[in-house]
Amino acid sequence: MDRTNNSEPILKLEDLSTHFAVPEGIARAVEHLSYHVFEGETLGVVGESGCGKSVAALSILRLIPIPPGRIASGKILFMGQNLLELPMKKMRKIRGDQISMVFQDPMTSFNPVFTIGYQLSKVFTLHQKLSRKEAVKRSVDMLEACEIPSPERIMKVYPHQLSGGMRQRVMIAMALGCNPTVLIADEPTTALDVTIQAEILDLILRLKKKFGMAMILITHDLGIIANSAQRVVVMYAGEKVEEADVLSLFEKPGHPYTIALMKSLPHLGKTKKFLNEIEGVVPPPFRVIQGCKFAERCPEAMERCRKERPRLRSIEKGHMVACHL
Amino acid sequence: MSSLKEIKMNNVLLQVINLVTCFPLEKTKLFQKTPFLCAVNGVSFDLKKGETLGLVGESGCGKTTTGRSILRLVEPTAGQILFEDEDVSVLTGQDMRAFRRSAQMVFQDPFASLNPKLVVADEPVSALDVSIQAQIINLMVRLQEEFNISYLFISHDLAVVEHISHRVAIMYLGKIVEIAPAENIYAKPAHPYTKALLSAIPVPDPRSRIKGMVLRGDIPNPADPPSGCTFRTRCPIAEDVCSREVAEMREIGPDHLAACHALQPAGAE
Repeated sequence: MDRTNNSEPILKLEDLSTHFAVPEGIARAVEHLSYHVFEGETLGVVGESGCGKSVAALSILRLIPIPPGRIASGKILFMGQNLLELPMKKMRKIRGDQISMVFQDPMTSFNPVFTIGYQLSKVFTLHQKLSRKEAVKRSVDMLEACEIPSPERIMKVYPHQLSGGMRQRVMIAMALGCNPTVLIADEPTTALDVTIQAEILDLILRLKKKFGMAMILITHDLGIIANSAQRVVVMYAGEKVEEADVLSLFEKPGHPYTIALMKSLPHLGKTKKFLNEIEGVVPPPFRVIQGCKFAERCPEAMERCRKERPRLRSIEKGHMVACHL
Repeated sequence: MSSLKEIKMNNVLLQVINLVTCFPLEKTKLFQKTPFLCAVNGVSFDLKKGETLGLVGESGCGKTTTGRSILRLVEPTAGQILFEDEDVSVLTGQDMRAFRRSAQMVFQDPFASLNPKLVVADEPVSALDVSIQAQIINLMVRLQEEFNISYLFISHDLAVVEHISHRVAIMYLGKIVEIAPAENIYAKPAHPYTKALLSAIPVPDPRSRIKGMVLRGDIPNPADPPSGCTFRTRCPIAEDVCSREVAEMREIGPDHLAACHALQPAGAE
């Protein structure tokens, strides 16, 4: 990755907190989260369900329903401007045009009653003000770029007539249609079989390079992170607990949660009788916790961990950990 | 987990012989014979007492239908299922209920309150986060040790299956294409599909990234499978013979069977 030291990130989250009003109180889905992605870079965001990785992404695009949601603090800086302050009309122009998103389940992202061609060409007539005819041509080109065989035929079919892998390819064609600056891919291959996943990941990474996009790749799968990301943010219970270069993260994980997560995975070709468990469960997001949120599951927790929230500190260049140890 | 050798060889709990399970499809043309989709198309294996057999494959390969057929949650079309040497397919009434007590299906919750001899676990951990997944897998291993339960562990996740299983069977389009001791599946995969599956798995190590593409194309429609070897349409080493002749399962090593025309049977060299 070519990146000069003084270059500014293209997208930057600063102290973002996204809360939801729930019957139990306030669910702090994302708390004081900061991360950034540089031009052309792939940032991996990894964590288990409910850690806030998707809510943060939806906050970037301002797709959080308000209420019950609320952006309680922070800024989202995209090429210098705070997206949270933009009028909705301007935001809609950025969404899908400059920042676009690929979701886990393409079936729920398509409208089942319209053809692929109708939905895909709409992207171009809406965002780029192309004529109907030009939009159709552009759509076919995009399907071709996503390596979809016989794109003219695919234009005429309905979403349910496609396999999961094909639907995800069309989804990617739609997301990349306007040549976005930032692509947010939220579990883009989780619903797919492993051989199809390999194809789709390979396609996304090649297209990312070709179009020179920055990518935020959100996943629960450490294997995908190791394969695709350059830098990684590890989230737990709404917070960033670790951030590092991908090599540094896997070779010298610093946070007890990251370490435990890596150890709890079964590794191919390595036989041992029992996997390492992380005891207990993630605390519910509405529980108010004073100290470190991982303390109750942490094998190394000390008195201090239960009282005082650890701040992020640097353990080496570019490697930050939020832990008292 | 007890080692494979500790499990007595003649202690077979379940034998599945040439199991076929087909479902009728809707007719698309007038006067057409009812078309069938054979989700399971000639599956054979055995399972010993206290053993875990992993059944791995991608969506639509028939692994779930295999599990459901064994418990007769769907009626098999052909083949035999012997549970403690008794043919399950002829059981009725009280006998069937007794069988269902000793063979349990687990979907999400392995805490079966009864004490089964056989547990068919269909993707028991796939919806779980890894930290919880480890807890459940360890629990299943402990229960097996204590009660000598046999598991048919159905999953799409080869890493999980390899961890928990003594032997692993790889399924593709209704057939088992390779079956071997778990350590062999990883160390000496023989079938091109097994190799492709293994290399498609993103390994949590940034120094061993997936190199390029492993397989091209989608899984064929199981209602209209390719002739000959059904994997040939995606196989990187397919030859003419593969479209003409079905590849039968052959022994290629000790306790290791695979169905591929390109493989030499054991002792042929």
